[in-house]
Amino acid sequence: MTAVARAARFVPSPAGIGLARYVVLRNVTAFRRAWLLLLSGFVEPVFYLFSIGVGLGALVRTVTTDSGTVVPYAEFVAPALLAASAMNGAIADSTYNVFFKLRYQRLYDAILATPVGPRDIAVGEILWSLMRGALYSAMFLAVAWVAGLVHSWWALLAVPAALLVGLAFGAVGMFATTFMSSWQHFDYITLAVQPMFLFSATFFPLSTYPEALQWLVAATPLYHGVALERSLVLGEVSWGLLWHVGYLAALGVVGVVGTSRRIATLLLT
Amino acid sequence: MTDDVLLHARGLTKSFGDFTAVDGIDVLVRRGEAFGFLGPNGAGKSSTMKMVGCVSPATGGELRILGMDPAVDGPAIRARLGVCPQQDMLDEDLSVEENLWVYGRFFGLSRREVRARTDKLLDFAQLTERRHDRVEPLSGGMKRRLTIARALVNNPEVLLLDEPTTGLDPQARHVLWDRLYRLKRDGVTLIITTHYMDEAEQLCDRLVVMDHGRIVAEGSPRQLIDTYSTREVVELRFAVDEQERHVEAVRGVADRVEELPDRLLVYTADGDDTLAALHDRGVRPLSALVRRSTLEDVFLHLTGRSLVD
Ligand SMILES: Nc1ncnc2c1ncn2[C@@H]1O[C@H](COP(=O)(O)OP(=O)(O)O)[C@@H](O)[C@H]1O
Ligand SMILES: [Mg+2]
Repeated sequence: MTAVARAARFVPSPAGIGLARYVVLRNVTAFRRAWLLLLSGFVEPVFYLFSIGVGLGALVRTVTTDSGTVVPYAEFVAPALLAASAMNGAIADSTYNVFFKLRYQRLYDAILATPVGPRDIAVGEILWSLMRGALYSAMFLAVAWVAGLVHSWWALLAVPAALLVGLAFGAVGMFATTFMSSWQHFDYITLAVQPMFLFSATFFPLSTYPEALQWLVAATPLYHGVALERSLVLGEVSWGLLWHVGYLAALGVVGVVGTSRRIATLLLT
Repeated sequence: MTDDVLLHARGLTKSFGDFTAVDGIDVLVRRGEAFGFLGPNGAGKSSTMKMVGCVSPATGGELRILGMDPAVDGPAIRARLGVCPQQDMLDEDLSVEENLWVYGRFFGLSRREVRARTDKLLDFAQLTERRHDRVEPLSGGMKRRLTIARALVNNPEVLLLDEPTTGLDPQARHVLWDRLYRLKRDGVTLIITTHYMDEAEQLCDRLVVMDHGRIVAEGSPRQLIDTYSTREVVELRFAVDEQERHVEAVRGVADRVEELPDRLLVYTADGDDTLAALHDRGVRPLSALVRRSTLEDVFLHLTGRSLVD
């Protein structure tokens, strides 16, 4: 038995998945009294959609995408907002919330006294964040569809794609959070997220950026999320999208593994 | 070694950088015992408890809990332990009963099992009326009892209690002790740390006295008192500045005398005899109190300091 147990410790995820779901359950239970909060996560991107997509769209009318098609501005920007809101939701969950649980509530100290381990906590927190993300992005997509901005069946894949964006940002955000020791450090997160939100080919196609900056834009994780979402929602699907998928998934894995290690370093001293 | 040994430590050590918090302790706890670590703040009690609770790796020495090695079988050991840490760490986003439900699920218990146990545990913790309340407004004593109830949700074979009554008022302490007696009676092995000598005397069948990360004595409360103290103690208080003048005379009639800033402690087999002898020598204290020796006296004898500062 011990030989098996010893071997199991070196196998990455499966052993952890079983207990991670109870970390999710804890969050679901805690959230039962705060259903209204769920709404706020949905409302913001929809406001953006109507103010920027529809409002600005009345001025700009059409855009030529990086793949060369001409589309109404609102259709161009809707998928980007989906990606951006997946990012924002995941960042909020994995930074502020996790920081509070880690440093103030000492929730994880209490959990680690049970058979649940650091990896279960990291995986559980991400899963919980993704569950909410799935709900938000499905609702957003429905609104966009009702508003007549969605025409392709490929758009259904936009929801799993939004989860991938959530995974990447949630995991990396959580990893970063484990290095923070005060609320001031959150300014760095804002400093990273805000420009990304504005300049990841979110509101204009990549080709409108100065050539010298294009590579920088294309290197940001949100760019990959936006490009993936836009291709799916506009139905411009190609094998090339797998590159975005790979990039985001890799970030997710790095973040989850890093977070597990950091939780162990911080709390199992 | 038999199944009866639940905790076995040899040369157990914990260092933080070049500071040694636990300095090579040997401990053996058997099933059904109430075992204590008695020592002042900073003695290394919590550090020891965290190693036993498998949330802190030992720096050196050997540690076996339930026959297993924490470095290898941490989750399996934790599944059979109940841990009541020094700080409550309850989940303030949850209600009283949800704290028990959710914690039980962390042990992989089914929803049904957890709900069934919750009623009993709430009853045990005398919190049935508060089951739907949030945790935050509960009194310190209630929070402690909830923490203990939560630690019992997996029917642990061993319950670790790190300073269970520190910070509670006397009334709340007695309620808590009563709960712990019950557990003891039901056969749960208790491992308790405390810096209260009365708590150690009340609860522990056997204990070690810890100081600066080392074990300085070991035995039952009775044995420790018999070995390291006398049967009785006379506490003498003098008018300001008078104490020093009388020390020599007092030393003449007793086995041992400890000088504290505000009083003299005179160690003797028979307090009344000692008082009479002092009277004969013309020693007239402001007040004189004869009492039995306690673990506090043991600690004073062993370390030259008092337990609570
Ligand atoms: N994580 C830590 N890092 C550095 N020093 C620590 C840490 N935990 C405890 N110590 C030190 O170890 C000593 C023993 O602490 P502790 O085990 O908490 O004692 P007790 O519980 O008996 O009061 C103290 O001097 C404390 O400052
Ligand atoms: Mg302590």
